[in-house]
Amino acid sequence: MRDAADGAGPYLRIENLWKAFGKFVALKDISLDIEDGEFVCFLGPSGCGKTTLLRAIAGLDLQTKGSVYQGGQDVSNLPPSERDFGIVFQSYALFPNLTIEKNIAFGLENTGRSKDEINKRVASLLELVGLPDQGRKYPAQLSGGQQQRIALARAIATNPGLLLLDEPLSALDAKVRVHLRHEIKELQRKLGVTTVMVTHDQEEALVMADRIVVMNHGVIEQVGSPTEIYRAPRTLFVADFIGEMNQIPAQAGAADEVVIGGVTMKSQPHEFPRGAQIVATVRPNDIIPHGEGARSPGGDDTIQTEENVLEVLVDEMEFLGSFWRCRLKHDCFGESELIADFSVNAVRRLEVTAGRMMTVELAQSRLLAFDKPGA
Amino acid sequence: MSDVSINDIPAGPRVKGKLSRDDLIMRGSMIVIALYLLITMVFPLYAMLSKSFSTYQFNLAAFEVQVSDEEGTNFSDPVTFAELNEAGDILKARDLIAGSDGRLGVTQFFPDFSFRSPVKYRIRNLDEEGRFLVGSKLYDSTDWLELDSNTFRRVQLRPTKDIGLGNFTTYFSTPALSNSIKNSVMIATISTIITVTLAFWFAYALSRSCMRFKGLFRLIAMAPILVPSLLPGIALVYLFGNQGMLKELLFGGTIYGPIGIVIGSVFFTFPHAFLIISTALAISDARLYEAAVSLKATSWRTFWTVTIPGARYGLVSAAFVVFNLVITDFGLPKVIGGQFNVLAVDIYKQVIGQQNFEMGAVVSVVLVLPAILAFAIDRFVQSKQVALLSARSVPYQPTPNKRMDWIMFGYASLVGVFLIGMLAICQFAALVKFWPYDLSFSLNNFQFDKMDGGGWDAYFNSIKLGLLTAVIGTSIIFFGAYLVEKSNGFRVGRTIFQMFAMLPMAIPGMVLGLAYIFFFNNPDNPLNAIYGTMTILVVCTVTHFYTVSHLTATTALQQMDREFESVSASLKQPTLKLFSRVTVPVCLPAILDISIYLFVNAMTTVSAVVFLYSHDTALASIAVLNMDDAGDIAPAAAMGMMIFYTNAGARIIHLIASRGIVGRTQAWRSR
Repeated sequence: MRDAADGAGPYLRIENLWKAFGKFVALKDISLDIEDGEFVCFLGPSGCGKTTLLRAIAGLDLQTKGSVYQGGQDVSNLPPSERDFGIVFQSYALFPNLTIEKNIAFGLENTGRSKDEINKRVASLLELVGLPDQGRKYPAQLSGGQQQRIALARAIATNPGLLLLDEPLSALDAKVRVHLRHEIKELQRKLGVTTVMVTHDQEEALVMADRIVVMNHGVIEQVGSPTEIYRAPRTLFVADFIGEMNQIPAQAGAADEVVIGGVTMKSQPHEFPRGAQIVATVRPNDIIPHGEGARSPGGDDTIQTEENVLEVLVDEMEFLGSFWRCRLKHDCFGESELIADFSVNAVRRLEVTAGRMMTVELAQSRLLAFDKPGA
Repeated sequence: MSDVSINDIPAGPRVKGKLSRDDLIMRGSMIVIALYLLITMVFPLYAMLSKSFSTYQFNLAAFEVQVSDEEGTNFSDPVTFAELNEAGDILKARDLIAGSDGRLGVTQFFPDFSFRSPVKYRIRNLDEEGRFLVGSKLYDSTDWLELDSNTFRRVQLRPTKDIGLGNFTTYFSTPALSNSIKNSVMIATISTIITVTLAFWFAYALSRSCMRFKGLFRLIAMAPILVPSLLPGIALVYLFGNQGMLKELLFGGTIYGPIGIVIGSVFFTFPHAFLIISTALAISDARLYEAAVSLKATSWRTFWTVTIPGARYGLVSAAFVVFNLVITDFGLPKVIGGQFNVLAVDIYKQVIGQQNFEMGAVVSVVLVLPAILAFAIDRFVQSKQVALLSARSVPYQPTPNKRMDWIMFGYASLVGVFLIGMLAICQFAALVKFWPYDLSFSLNNFQFDKMDGGGWDAYFNSIKLGLLTAVIGTSIIFFGAYLVEKSNGFRVGRTIFQMFAMLPMAIPGMVLGLAYIFFFNNPDNPLNAIYGTMTILVVCTVTHFYTVSHLTATTALQQMDREFESVSASLKQPTLKLFSRVTVPVCLPAILDISIYLFVNAMTTVSAVVFLYSHDTALASIAVLNMDDAGDIAPAAAMGMMIFYTNAGARIIHLIASRGIVGRTQAWRSR
């Protein structure tokens, strides 16, 4: 079916999609293109419409308005059984009374394949998901992670053009989750199957996706690669939802300046008129402790200027294992505090201690200006 | 940005999904089953309702008559019967109220009528609606018909049909009839209070004490479900009847009447109340008891602040279920009610005794109202109960307390003796020659072929009915529940179906049976052919017990992963394959439960089928009723016990089958 797609267009195209449940509008005018072979994550808080969008793509819950094209073909009003996709749910949805083999073979039956072919395919799929000897067991006899791998094998058994994953890892415990997300990503790369995954876990999205679609209140806030989303959030929501973020009330200064409590600092260029009420943001690990060679964990230490430097009071310190989380006070922040994450090394070298003063820099390239919410 | 309203969606047609083949099959099947419920329940009930509003009256002004002189040549001026009646003051207004079969002779309007006289008569209808009979030939024309005296005496006027509240007026102005409302409500209320109290303490003893033989007591508590409701009546006759062993205990009172009905009702409703209440007690949370102990609450206080509130929905639900069972029960008051009239028996008397179908329909409507009310309240309360269940609740584990355990054991034993005693008396009476005079052992009472009531054929008919109901009913009901639970979209259709499926529970068996007479015994109905056959008995029984089975199926289906259908559709597999490969095997325990429920009820039911059996399809439960009616009480008891043993046997087979099938097909359940 994928061959039917004309090479030029996107594999999956969503056009002006609306979905209403009674009076509640769950999806608002969504348009999105997904390329062949891409791994896309729909990321957002619960109730943002990400699962609704996935189910509309699958045809499980039909959209109210708008179109879905898959492989160049309009599938907008087709029932799920006439679309081309495999799906994995959070609950695994394995058939409890069928063995693992039978579960995987379920979609292969009645497709003109011989028994032998089916058995071979099942065996190779079991091999692929790393559970070659488990075929004769029942789902309840496997662990959660194993069950989810079987669900994955069942979903890709028929070589669908599109793989849909609905929070596939949410029901698993942390260790298994981390392990399995690499495996899924690996498998997807090997098969080259276009994949859409729904998740509310930003880390999962950042690790697995080629592109992330951040959603909130039924609209797409931003579409971009993980680094784009993380480094250059387009809205305050995205900035806040992905990673941690200090939000500082401020005014706009010149086109690359923000004014925080009377202190003017260099920021990323913005388009606010001078004096406009805005929110300036900076990530805790983009606050650079000053001193020779100091760097913050994950921070980009190529930025070292004399601008954006503040003399702050270290109010409290929390040890979080790989780094220290410090609450910094300065007159320009008023009552609120600036949260900064410093590496264990930096803290030791600079002798950062609660109650003492220190010098920090708010890296210009990481200081962003956003509309004040509700304004 | 979050303030997008539904109005912001651009105008133009909404996306309309194309239906897959599975969708079409499922919707089609759902409509077929909905039609089945429509035909087997809604239409009959409608027929009954319209019957209750049909009034029949002789309209004397609708007929005109002329009388000739002695020569039979010159006729008088035409005169209506109304004028004749007024002149002669012959019939009062209430004499003109008729049933659908009413006939009114005409000669009474001519005081000097003689069939030997040469006088001739002419008679005609005044409008197209009017009709009269000459012998059995019907005339509905407005042309004059000339008859000699001898033929004229065979003229009978037919009543005209009208729609109105006339039947209800008659009902409520006839104390002999409307008193039954008071009687029924009183009996049901008293029985409810007693049963719920007894069942609560019984369930309490089983769940909150460490007494012994809990399993045995549980078994005993469920025994009454296996027998027809009229069997305790027979036991009571043996104990307290005119030749009863313990007659003196009543101090001159009689068991035939309210006392008998109440005791019998307590017996047959006990398991229902016990089941509901023990479920309610079982889900109560141990953490609340621990909190009560840590707060140093007395056990009395704990009982009123923890136990009772936790079980209150169960208690209310049990009360309404028992009330409903008692007020709609027919078999028991028929056997032991004596001159004490209750609604359910009134229907029977009106229809079978007096052939007054309209009045039967009126009583039915009167009976349906409290039944529907009790049913609605019960459903409401049950929906509340679910909210109490929490995944984090810790089940309560009673701690041994010697004194308390012995008191509870004593109490449970008393109730157990009452329940088992009733059955034992019937069994004993069935096995002796002639109670109470000749107590030697004999199997004579089991020679049913020598009695009226249908003989052994009736017993085998019952088994046939039970099996057919179990197989056909389970298939229809489970499949219907599947369709309504797992179909996509089609919201309106599913809601209507759900409503249809809930309705039978609110309809008393007597009412359903009577409604079937009106609907299926109508010669204009193409389904008339099934009247008097085994088919109508099966159809009626399936419909009668539809709701509980439907709920069992729905509960089981709701426990299945909601995404199975989605997965199956994504794998391009037909939904019916999923249904047979996964849904049915996984739900097999529930399916078996439904079939045994239907079988047992088909064996014991009296109320719905009492109007519908024919000579060839007499049933065991009906035979009990009829033999008792004919005075063959011992054989009636014997037949009742046959039903008991059959049902007990069926239960055991069900248990073994469940274990076997579960062992074979549900291997996946074990790790």
